Amino acid sequence: MDISKLTIVDIIDGYKEKKFSISEVVGSYIERIEKLNPTLNAFITIDKDSALRKAKESEKKDFKGVLHGVPFGIKDMFLTKGVRTTAAAKILEDYIPQYTGTAITKLEEAGAISLGKLNHDAWAHGSSGENSDFGNTLNPWNKDYIPGGSSSGSGVAVTAGLSTFATGTDTGGSIRLPASFTNTVGLKPTYGLVSRYGVISMASSLDSIGHFTKTVKDSARILSVTAGPDGKDATLRQTLENDYEELIGKDLKDLKIGVPKEYVSEGLSNDVKEVFEKALRTLENLGAEIIEVSLPHTDEGIAVYYIIQPSEVSSNLARYDGIRYGKDRSHFGKEAKRRIMLGTYTLSSGYYDAYYKKAMQVRTLIKKDYDDAFTKTDVLVSPVSPTPPWKFGEKANDPLAMYLSDALTVTINLAGVPGLAVPAGFSTNNLPIGIQFMGPHFSEKLLFQVGHAFEQDTKLYEKEPTI
Amino acid sequence: MSADINTRHIANLANLTLTDEEHAEMQSQLADILGYIQKLNSVDTSNIEPTAQVTGLKNVTREDNTPAESFTQEEALSGTEKKHNNLFIVDKLVDTQ
Repeated sequence: MDISKLTIVDIIDGYKEKKFSISEVVGSYIERIEKLNPTLNAFITIDKDSALRKAKESEKKDFKGVLHGVPFGIKDMFLTKGVRTTAAAKILEDYIPQYTGTAITKLEEAGAISLGKLNHDAWAHGSSGENSDFGNTLNPWNKDYIPGGSSSGSGVAVTAGLSTFATGTDTGGSIRLPASFTNTVGLKPTYGLVSRYGVISMASSLDSIGHFTKTVKDSARILSVTAGPDGKDATLRQTLENDYEELIGKDLKDLKIGVPKEYVSEGLSNDVKEVFEKALRTLENLGAEIIEVSLPHTDEGIAVYYIIQPSEVSSNLARYDGIRYGKDRSHFGKEAKRRIMLGTYTLSSGYYDAYYKKAMQVRTLIKKDYDDAFTKTDVLVSPVSPTPPWKFGEKANDPLAMYLSDALTVTINLAGVPGLAVPAGFSTNNLPIGIQFMGPHFSEKLLFQVGHAFEQDTKLYEKEPTI
Repeated sequence: MSADINTRHIANLANLTLTDEEHAEMQSQLADILGYIQKLNSVDTSNIEPTAQVTGLKNVTREDNTPAESFTQEEALSGTEKKHNNLFIVDKLVDTQ
């Protein structure tokens, strides 16, 4: 059977109507992975036997939950008990976790079946996927181009039909960038909405746990499962909401959508500009009012991010000493070393106030920019990346140029607000371009409402890469 | 802010061993990045409080009881071969002379 186009909703409906069985669906995904993964390299570990066994078991069991029998892929930053978890880094190439993180536990309790662990930039450090110690993941839309990072395997698995949905982590754009570059929907939830327990830490004040899907409705369904307190992550909001599909289907009349002028004033490629302007017209036609807003500290976003993030990275990676698990520190890759060095420097005696503290103060101003913008608008919209995907190798030897490609994604991590990346069009050479909707803290329902209306008009999820 | 960076001192603090070539590369790349970061100097942050926690949570605690799940000793040691009498073997940290 051809599973490459199936959404979560399609699969659940198909099971209800007995169109296909769980074993058929899971088996077809495994077949497709075995056929395409040698080229695309989206999976680091394929959990074939366990997936097929769980599929059989699920057929006998009563309905477990809203994801009963839905296959998914897991970014290899999420710990999975008994299944190798590498962080796409050599240091952890033989690491077998003793426990499973909360997000994965919740998904499995809702009936989802893991197909395996997905590739990404090692330790989630990167914008292109090229920093993985397990090789590049190729973009199925054009294999000479990067799929975006850090969650490269997650975006590719979903767009190539290797899994129905995939988990991801977003510290400065690691879900939204690859979603934008692969024609998939990527959610970076509000900081503190989904538990970080059992996810390998990158930068603890920024890390957000989200996912990739083909459609916005699927994205809302996953969040309804993963969100909420677990007693294991003290930064989680303590209230539980579990119907993130509530506003899906509602129109956009009376909604004010802001365009941050600093995001679009310069540096956008023509392709991105064109797609974005068309998207604004679509939103207007759907009844929304488009207004220009200002986020005055946008230009400082990357500078603040590249102090706070490496500082926290250097602290989090200090635990990899090769004593309790993993290999020793000589096995760190280039990018990890660079970030450890940078972060150690900015936190070191005599420099803390000038760098880390200063960055945290500007972070306050960035957050205030968003607070102010949301007094005048319901949501904001912008491109995800100033350019379409670039070619492998183009920025690989220039870390600063690579860092600057995060210009439009890092600021919402600093402010802690949510962002939903949705497909918006294609470049002249047929590479995907996405836009992102951003809202106040915990406004995910609203983002799904806007994203769904936009997606139903454009129907870009129907487009598939020729692999 | 100064963009001079003593990579040997920093590598030592970070417990990283770098080759001479890596030191040279790091030196110039970090200088680039730190040079870019200097733009924050132009932002007036007098009387601005730093932000670490973005959603305003304070003092989230749990009941003071033993968590239900924990590792067995065997599980805790399962990630390493360097063990002795069910304990981790670690490098000597203090010189005894």
